[in-house]
Amino acid sequence: MPTAPVLLQLTHQSISYGDHRVLADISLTIRQGEKVALLGPSGAGKTTLMNLLYQQQPETSALQPQGGGLVDLLSVYQNIFMGGLDRFSTLTALWNLIRPLSSARSDITAIAQTLGLQDKLWQSVDRLSGGQRQRVAIGRALFRRQPVFFGDEPVSSVDPLQAEMLLAYLLEQHETAVISLHNRQLALDHFDRIVVLREGRLCCDCPARELNGEQLDEFYQQVSSPVSGLPGNTDDGWVIRTS
Amino acid sequence: MTFITQSFRCLAGKVSRFLPHLPFRENSSARRLNGVCLLMVGAALLALFGADIEIYAVDPWQELGKIGWGLLLPGWSDLPALLQALGYTVAFALLAVAVAAPLGLLLAMVFHWRPIRLLCAALRSVHELFWGLIFMQIFGLSATTGLLAILVPFTGVFGKVFAEIFEQQATQPAQTLPPAATGLKRTAYTLLPQSWSALLSYTRYRFECALRSSAILGFIGLPTLGFHLETAFKQGQYSEAGALLWAFLLLIASLRWWLRARLIPLYLIAAVWLLPETIGFSGGGSLWQFVSVDIWPSALRAGDGSGLLDWLTMMFSEQVWPGLVQTLLLTQIAVVLTGVLVLLTYPLASRALVGPVMRWPGRLLLLVLRSTPEMVLVYVLLLLLGPSGLPVVLALALHNGGLIAFLVANASDAEHKSRITRADDPQGLKRYAYVETPRRFPAMLAFLFYRWEVILRESAIMGILGIATLGFYIDSAFEEIRYDRAFLLIVVTALLNIVVDSVSRRLRRQALPDTAQ
Repeated sequence: MPTAPVLLQLTHQSISYGDHRVLADISLTIRQGEKVALLGPSGAGKTTLMNLLYQQQPETSALQPQGGGLVDLLSVYQNIFMGGLDRFSTLTALWNLIRPLSSARSDITAIAQTLGLQDKLWQSVDRLSGGQRQRVAIGRALFRRQPVFFGDEPVSSVDPLQAEMLLAYLLEQHETAVISLHNRQLALDHFDRIVVLREGRLCCDCPARELNGEQLDEFYQQVSSPVSGLPGNTDDGWVIRTS
Repeated sequence: MTFITQSFRCLAGKVSRFLPHLPFRENSSARRLNGVCLLMVGAALLALFGADIEIYAVDPWQELGKIGWGLLLPGWSDLPALLQALGYTVAFALLAVAVAAPLGLLLAMVFHWRPIRLLCAALRSVHELFWGLIFMQIFGLSATTGLLAILVPFTGVFGKVFAEIFEQQATQPAQTLPPAATGLKRTAYTLLPQSWSALLSYTRYRFECALRSSAILGFIGLPTLGFHLETAFKQGQYSEAGALLWAFLLLIASLRWWLRARLIPLYLIAAVWLLPETIGFSGGGSLWQFVSVDIWPSALRAGDGSGLLDWLTMMFSEQVWPGLVQTLLLTQIAVVLTGVLVLLTYPLASRALVGPVMRWPGRLLLLVLRSTPEMVLVYVLLLLLGPSGLPVVLALALHNGGLIAFLVANASDAEHKSRITRADDPQGLKRYAYVETPRRFPAMLAFLFYRWEVILRESAIMGILGIATLGFYIDSAFEEIRYDRAFLLIVVTALLNIVVDSVSRRLRRQALPDTAQ
């Protein structure tokens, strides 16, 4: 989609924490409507890059950080409601903490149904499993109702079948998406474009159809880690070894 | 208390980057810790020369025996009066905290704003009793005075501590919110629920402190427990004094059973109903007159420059300087003595050192030390040892030592039979010296620095009981109705407090980087 307007742009961007260089000379342009998968070993700088991109358009973006950013004491309903906090006045929002608004209730019940959380709607989120918590975080991003989605491993804790279904739903609900993943098959199947990050550098940025699983594996195996020599890599075609 | 225990847990065992700026920088954490301790102990030894810590009483043991009997055989002649005093004590504390905590919460939300930080520092640097003396000039001996005396400094404390609790919360939830959602609703959905349990447990702990403050307000005339306690001691009715003390300790020990969230509205209504009507309201005090005229030296009001200079020189050489020196010296000795006391007493309450049964007497002892207001301890020790700094030093060390030792023992129990325990760990004294104490030491030191500011504020206030710290001069100035002197002395005390607070925070940060709050 070369004609679509540019949404996010980084030019020669570098970031260091102390002596540690997290991102080195990154130039990246993302256009409206693109679905970008961000791959790379743990510690490659994916989260930093994601935050950098998010900060360019926070008003029109829904962010799902790693860990989800849930508030433990609040119910699933309230945690999802938080995504739409800008659409309600302060008084309404405070009242909703005491008595859930009937208007938001139907919308959020519908979201919870899609996520398989309808039974848990009034439970506080500290009682939920990791997978359930991640689905609540997805719910919050959906209730943000923005055209751009940023997800940092948004489906890493849910089971494989559900992960694929949820990822497809997230991509369908958002016009543009930047999502970091560890699952190369999901990346190849659902995204237009794949960006691979290694040690803070962009080492691949190309359309998904030009890539295959073996090529992606190579980006990981070049890393000097003991795992790259393990024979197990070939038995497990589904998950990319990361460390 | 859980609040403190929580911060305790997160700082235990994290002393890796220790004292980066002190000259004796070494590669061993233990050596650095010892360096700080040596500095503190050295300063305390020097302070021993300058401080007035003699025993003046002729026969302390006889008096101690009488007080001991009074504690063992408490008795009261007037039960309704005792209950009424207890009621007033609780009512003041409850209403003050009920107002101060929400106010503090609001201040905490805007704590990043510098004037707010300064305001909070100023409010909490002046002791409850000094606030009491100030408000008494305006509102007389009334319920308003009692309430304001507690709630004004407590608002400052709540503002600061709540802001610190907010700072410790994860920022991720706020990141996922729409940037347009700001202010109150943002806080209501993120920081508030995130930190709710920490806020509640700190408020609970502060309520316990408020009970102590409320009790000692009796020493300046309000009808709380301290008033009856002082009278009983003065008249030598030790069994009555014993009854009052036990009643207070029971009140605090039973907090967890009667302080229930559901009952609090009921208690608040009862507290309002119970509050004493304005007692002997002097009526003469006008706020405006007090603020605009009374507290300023007459030379300043007259625009007499040299007169003002004379007044300042006189105040500084005769009151400010001697009071300041005594306050600092006593504080330093008390801090070090507190540390010694913690090291001596915490094993008595630790399961790993004295066993699951024998720790209970130790816990009881520490609980009693912790719950008794410092001022009451000082008062009793004054009767025994005569009017010098010694009672102050001992009382502050006993109270604060009990408080810290209790927390240290709890931390030790929390690790009992956990993953880091080994079957071949040594027992007894060897365990104390090689396992428990080294593990607890950094946190213990952090607590000690934390209490430094509190000990300073307390040793200044003890002057009210006749020891020549800053409080003595303040109390005399109020008695002589020289508000200009009182005001100057209170400002000096407050500034001293702020300075010590920032020094101890800096030392804490350098010594124990993870205890920044």
